Amino acid sequence: MFSPSHFTAVVLFALFASVVFGITMRETPARMVRYGAYCFVLFVGSAIVLSWAMYFIAR
Amino acid sequence: MAGTQNNAAATAKGSQPGFVYLPLIAGWLVPGAGHFLLRKWGRGTLLAVSILGMFILGIAMQGKIYAHAGDILDMLTLVGDLGNGLLYIVGRVFGLGADSVQVTTADYGTRFIVVAGLLNVIAAVDAHNLRTGRKPS
Repeated sequence: MFSPSHFTAVVLFALFASVVFGITMRETPARMVRYGAYCFVLFVGSAIVLSWAMYFIAR
Repeated sequence: MAGTQNNAAATAKGSQPGFVYLPLIAGWLVPGAGHFLLRKWGRGTLLAVSILGMFILGIAMQGKIYAHAGDILDMLTLVGDLGNGLLYIVGRVFGLGADSVQVTTADYGTRFIVVAGLLNVIAAVDAHNLRTGRKPS
């Protein structure tokens, strides 16, 4: 059984989803890469920010 | 001007011989197949690897493949799972995944399987848009 940490799961999720979003939402390869990278950063970045927010709320 | 070019491309591609919905159906049944039919080898490979990878990781995390829906949330999950096409059928036939979600990673796995299905639908619709010319390239 594969048991990733929460962060590893977030990164894997972000990677796969960003690849599909990049390819399907843009028309040229350069714009696909840029949009995919943008989505990846937003996925992972928002997970980190929300995690810290919940950490401080819980204290 | 760009709209006129897109319409011209749509008209040209729409008049191609063959069943217009074939890339949509093939892309739904097998991840990336819709793009392969349109000779978009690179995109098809990346889509197939991403969607298959997500589904396989979901199974490896002991995610649950839904067979029936008891409430509205189960129904939405089932619809997402059905987006996986043949992967869903293979998973059901071979009894892949867990019968119930008992650990945290199994919950992640269940979401991975659902999202793989939803991403597969997006990829299949993209293949259809390429076929009809709604998406130029």
